Amino acid sequence: DTSLAEVNSFSPSMPISPSSMLNQYKFEDGPELRDLFITVDDPESHITAIETFITYRVVTKTSRGEFDSSEYEVRRRYQDFLWLKSKLEEAHPTLIIPPLPEKFIMKGMVERFSDEFIETRKKALHKFLNRIADHPTLTFNEDFKVFLTAQAWELSSHKKQGPGLLSRMGQTVRAVASSVRGAVKNRPGMFTEINDYMETFSQKINLLDKIAHRIYKEERDYFNEMKEYGPIHTLWSASEEDIADSLKGIASCIDRCCKATEKRMAGLSENLLPILHEYVLYSEILMGVLKRRDQIQGELDSKVDALANRKTEKDMFSEEIGKLEDKVERANNALKADWDRWKQNMQCDMRSTFTNVAENNLRFYEECLATWESFLASQTVDLHVEEDAEDRP
Amino acid sequence: RAVESQSEGQCAPVESLWRRYSEFELLRNYLSVTYPHIVVPPLPEKRADFVWHKLSADNMDPDFVERRRIGLENFLLRVASHPVLCQDKIFYSFLTQEGGWKEMVNETGFQLKADSRLKALNATFRVKNPDKRFTELKHYSDELQSVISHLLRVRARVADRLYGVYKVHGNYGRVFSEWSAIEKEMGDGLQSAGHHMDVYAASIDDILEEEEHYAEQLKEYLFYAEALRAVCRKHELMQYDLEMAAQDLTSKKQQCEELATGTVRTFSLKGMTSKLFGQETPEQREAKIKVLEEQIQEGEEQLKSKNLEGRDFVKSAWADIERFKEQKNHDLKEALISYAVMQISMCKKGIQVWTNAKECFSKM
Repeated sequence: DTSLAEVNSFSPSMPISPSSMLNQYKFEDGPELRDLFITVDDPESHITAIETFITYRVVTKTSRGEFDSSEYEVRRRYQDFLWLKSKLEEAHPTLIIPPLPEKFIMKGMVERFSDEFIETRKKALHKFLNRIADHPTLTFNEDFKVFLTAQAWELSSHKKQGPGLLSRMGQTVRAVASSVRGAVKNRPGMFTEINDYMETFSQKINLLDKIAHRIYKEERDYFNEMKEYGPIHTLWSASEEDIADSLKGIASCIDRCCKATEKRMAGLSENLLPILHEYVLYSEILMGVLKRRDQIQGELDSKVDALANRKTEKDMFSEEIGKLEDKVERANNALKADWDRWKQNMQCDMRSTFTNVAENNLRFYEECLATWESFLASQTVDLHVEEDAEDRP
Repeated sequence: RAVESQSEGQCAPVESLWRRYSEFELLRNYLSVTYPHIVVPPLPEKRADFVWHKLSADNMDPDFVERRRIGLENFLLRVASHPVLCQDKIFYSFLTQEGGWKEMVNETGFQLKADSRLKALNATFRVKNPDKRFTELKHYSDELQSVISHLLRVRARVADRLYGVYKVHGNYGRVFSEWSAIEKEMGDGLQSAGHHMDVYAASIDDILEEEEHYAEQLKEYLFYAEALRAVCRKHELMQYDLEMAAQDLTSKKQQCEELATGTVRTFSLKGMTSKLFGQETPEQREAKIKVLEEQIQEGEEQLKSKNLEGRDFVKSAWADIERFKEQKNHDLKEALISYAVMQISMCKKGIQVWTNAKECFSKM
C-alpha cells in the first residue's frame, strides 16, 4: 500500500505528492482498501409523549460478503451510538475506540436542539462511524454490523442480549479496585512512555482547542465591526463629488474583505475546531485505554502475588495464570499496534488540518490583496488621466 | 518646537524656539479673527480622541505627544503654504521671535474684532437671505464632520479587533513549541511553524501604527470642517448685519414720510399717544424730520459700504473655499490611496507568513 509506505518511511527530503496527501486526509488506510462506505445525514426530530429526540439517517454501502445486502439505510439516535461505543469498549478493552461527540456542550449557550448543535453532532457521528470502519479490527465487529444494518426493532432486541447491566457494573467495580492496587509498578516501560506522552499531549491539545476557539471568536468580532466600516464610506461619497468614486471603491473593497473574513471563519469551524475537539476527546479515551491495560495487568499481578503466598494449589493457579498471561500479552500487543496506528493517523490529521488552516489564511489574504490592488490600479489610472489632461496645452 | 519654513517671498531664518500648545491656540485665534474669509487650518486635538485600546488616552503618553507634535508641525506648514496667511507678520514672529510674542499679539487688539458667540448664533437663526452657496457649504461641513467622526470611531474599533486576531495567534507559538518537545517526526515542523505564528502576531504593531497616520490625516479634515463653518458663520453674521441695517433704514424712511405727510401708515405707540394727547407742534415735527433725514443719509452710506464689504467678503471667501476644496480633494484622495497601499502591504505580509507556516505544517 503506497500511502502507508510513505507515512512509515518519512523523510523531509521526500516530496509528498498532493494526491497521496489527499488520500491521507480522507481515508486512514487508503481508498483502494475501502469496502465499507458510511454516511450520516438528515437529522429529524421525533416527538413522543415522554420525550423529544433526534434521529440521524445512517447509509451504508458495502461490497463485503458477510453483509446480506450491498446497501442499508437505517435511523439511529444518539443513545444507539452510545450503546455501540460501550459494546466496542467491552469487546476490545485495549483498543482505541474513536470518540463520540459529547451529550451536551456546557461552554457555549448552545441549546440542546439548535441547528448548529445538531449539525456539529451529525458531522462528529459521521466521523465516528468512519473511523470505526477504517479500523482493521473494529470494522469486523459484530455489534458494528448490527448497528449499521438492523431495523429499529431488531436493534432493540439485539441490545437486550449479552451480559446484563449488573454484571457490567460488577466488572467496572472490580476494574476500579484493581487499578487502585498499584498495577502501575509492573507496567512495561513502553506503556509508561505512552502515558507520559499522553499527559503532555492532552494538556497541549486542550490548550490548542481553547486557542482555536479564541481565534474564531476574535475573527467573528472583527467581522462584526467590519460590516459597519464599509457602508460609512458609501455614505460619505454621497456628500462628495471629486472623491466620491474613490470612497465608493474603498467601501466595496472593505465589503469584499468582510466576506472573505466570513469564509475564513467558516474554514476554521468546519475543519480545525472539530479536529482539535476530536483529539481532546481522544486524549481522554487514550488515558482510559491505558488504565484498562493496567487493570488487566493488575489481575495477573494480583493472582501472581496470591500464588506466591500459597504453594499448595500451584497447578490450578498456574493454569489460570497462564490464561491471564495470555490475556495480558494480547492486550499489550493490541494496544501497541493500535497506538502506533493512532500516532500515525494523529500526525496525518494534524498535518492536513493545520496545512488547511494555512491555506485558508492564504486564500483570505490573496483575495483581499487582489481587491485592494485592483482598487489601487483604478485610482492611479485616474491620476494619470488627470496628469495627461493637465499636460495638454 | 517651531519648524523652519519657506514663506512665499520670504526667507525664514533657521532658528528654533519653544512654543506651548496655548501659544499655537493664540496664533490660530488671531488668524481666524484677522482673516475671517479664510478657511484657517485647524490645530490637532487638545485631548486624545478616537483611540483604540492599545493607545492610551493620556495626554502625557509619548505616542500622543509625538502625534501632537506632528500635528502642530503640519499646522504651521499649512499656514506657511497658504498664499494669504504666510504673509502675516504675527505668523512670521511666531516662528522667529523668542520673547514678547504674546504681548505683540495682544497689542493688535484682535480680541476686540472677534464676534461674540451669541451674536453669531443669533444671526444663524434670523438671517433671511444668506448666499445659497454658503448654506450648502454649511450643510456639507456638517455632513463631513459627522461622517468622518463616525468613520474614525469605527476604524478604532476595527483596529482593536484586528489586534486581537493577530495577537491570539501568538499563543500558537508557545504551545507548538511545548508540544514539539514530545514529538519526534512532527517536532521540527511544529517548532518552526510556531515561530512563524509569533512573527504573524508581532506584525500587527507596525501595521496599526501606520494606520494611525491615516487616521490623523482624516482627523485634520474633521477639524477643517469646523473652520469651514466659521467662514459660513461670518457670512451669516455680515448678511444679518446688512439685513438689519437695511430694515432700520427702511423704517426710518417710513417714519420720515409719515411725519412729512401726517399720515400714520403703521401702528405705533407714539402715533397712538399723539392721537390721544394731540399732535406735536410743526416746529417739533420739523426738528424730528431733520434728525431722521440725517440718520437716513448716514444709514444709506453705511448700507452701501456694508453691501460692498459683504460682496468683497463673499468673493474672497469663495476664492479661498475653492482653493480649500481642491486641497481637500487632493489630500483625501491621496490618503485613501495610501490606505489601500497599507492594506496591500498587510496582505502581502500575511501571505508570506502563512506560506512559510504552510510549508512547516506540510513537513510535519
